[in-house]
Amino acid sequence: MFEDLRDLYQQVILDRGRKPHHGRRLEVFDAEARGDNPMCGDRVQVFVRRDGEAVAEVGFEARGCAISIASADLMAEAVIGKTADEIAELTTAFTGMARTGNGGAPQLATLRPLAGVHEYPSRIKCATLPWMALKAAMAGKGNASSE
Amino acid sequence: MNAISKPAFDVARIRADFPILAEKIRGKDLVFLDSAASAQKPRVVIDAMVHAMEHQYANVHRGLHWMSERTTEAYEDVRDSIARLLNAPDRSNIVITANSTASFNLVAQSYGRSVLKPGQAVLISQMEHHANLVPWQMLRDASGVELRIAPITDAGELDMAAYEALLADGKVGLVSVTHMSNVLGTYTPAERIIQIAHAHGARVMLDASQSVVHRRIDVQALDVDFLAFTGHKLYGPTGIGVLYAKRELLEAMPPVNGGGDMISSVSYERSTWAQVPHKFEAGTPAILEGIGLNAAIKYVEAIGFDAIAAHEATLTEHALARLSAIEGLTIIGHPQDRGGVISFTLKGAHAHDVATLLDRQGIAVRAGHHCAEPLMHRLGLESTARASFGLYTTMAEIDALADTLDQVRVFFK
Ligand SMILES: Cc1ncc(COP(=O)(O)O)c(C=O)c1O
Repeated sequence: MFEDLRDLYQQVILDRGRKPHHGRRLEVFDAEARGDNPMCGDRVQVFVRRDGEAVAEVGFEARGCAISIASADLMAEAVIGKTADEIAELTTAFTGMARTGNGGAPQLATLRPLAGVHEYPSRIKCATLPWMALKAAMAGKGNASSE
Repeated sequence: MNAISKPAFDVARIRADFPILAEKIRGKDLVFLDSAASAQKPRVVIDAMVHAMEHQYANVHRGLHWMSERTTEAYEDVRDSIARLLNAPDRSNIVITANSTASFNLVAQSYGRSVLKPGQAVLISQMEHHANLVPWQMLRDASGVELRIAPITDAGELDMAAYEALLADGKVGLVSVTHMSNVLGTYTPAERIIQIAHAHGARVMLDASQSVVHRRIDVQALDVDFLAFTGHKLYGPTGIGVLYAKRELLEAMPPVNGGGDMISSVSYERSTWAQVPHKFEAGTPAILEGIGLNAAIKYVEAIGFDAIAAHEATLTEHALARLSAIEGLTIIGHPQDRGGVISFTLKGAHAHDVATLLDRQGIAVRAGHHCAEPLMHRLGLESTARASFGLYTTMAEIDALADTLDQVRVFFK
């Protein structure tokens, strides 16, 4: 019945939405921030452990839909080993992809399953919320809001 | 044969009155199950507003010319219709506002800051819409009026014993509670709520945003002090709402907004206020919306609340039976007296994902916290999906919802 929704709910999104690999609070972390979507009540708290300039590990606690949890989980993998500047760049690229569907850039490879959200205006924020939280954490700010 | 028996509720005929129901969503029939958020508009409402703009429009209450006089008559007629709808004693009991939210803010800012005194309390319930919570928090923070919250039971009903206990010390000056929950579908026992409050010296404001759509409300029989509703849920336009209040309360309340239309005389030194209810209606009102709401009220009155309530009851019963048979689906709340608003969760699927999948089949439901975040916490939930019914909802649409939800369940299994 929902075959035409497979672009949005690719298998990896269903899997990660159900059983995220990084869905936990880190025992030791250098930065954290919470992202809230006040319109729908979604919330994600992101924890970052650094190793010098680069991010060593990201974990998160989230309540939300399959899209937001899968997005947080894929993000946690995509940013490992990256510096703050590289993450800022990746955040911009990801946000652009979520809005336009254009995920051609090589660094977006593992995040491309989320490109489908651009066709669902009300769901774009689900995908970008974890990135907003990460951005706030990297900037040393406690909170981010999708609004 | 009885020739004068009333025609039965004919949903096909009613649907023909709502042009939007002919729309297709991605090639599929629109199944609109989100009327509790905002209802669709019948042709008569659309036509009334278009007619005014095309043939009979000018500012109201001020022009001496033909257009202004006719427009004033057309607009002011809504006040009579609202008074009739609620069985208010007089048209002057009806203050026209922007929506329910504005009605609560008006009472909080005017009555709350003048008649209520620090040390007194406002009592609301755990199942209020943010519109009947945030204005009281603002009042509490600005003026030192206490805010009390009456609990609900796990079934989703007002806990009447706890409610009465919260009134016992006599400090509560105003009870403000919903008449029908926009999340659980619960109808609250307004008569008892009001009797108990009055016995403890408290006034009562009812949030009739949801209930006015489905049931006949008689403010005099209820002896309610204030009542709010919003036009767009009653098949009328957005941008217009209602505050009903007893005359002596309106007389005692100061205006909140100053400007044109609300004055009796103005000089540089001082101004005096217009009569009730106009002193609360500063500025050019929602003229077209008033004309539209008037048409909407006349439309539902012509159908009749007996028929409307019976239709809602039939749909609700069917929906509860169909939905509760779905594996992994939990209906939130099981109040005794309930209406056509049903919240549910589906195991393994977040409400937003459920809503997106339903939407793909043309089925519109709401998902989220429904502007009642504290209630969600009380229920131990983050969000629910919610189906809600209107005049035009059919049994087949409820079947479509249930059948599709069963597929959604499989998709996320
Ligand atoms: C119970 C209840 N109260 C108040 C409101 C607020 O209505 P409005 O947004 O039109 O002011 C709503 C509608 O969302 C509602 O369902």
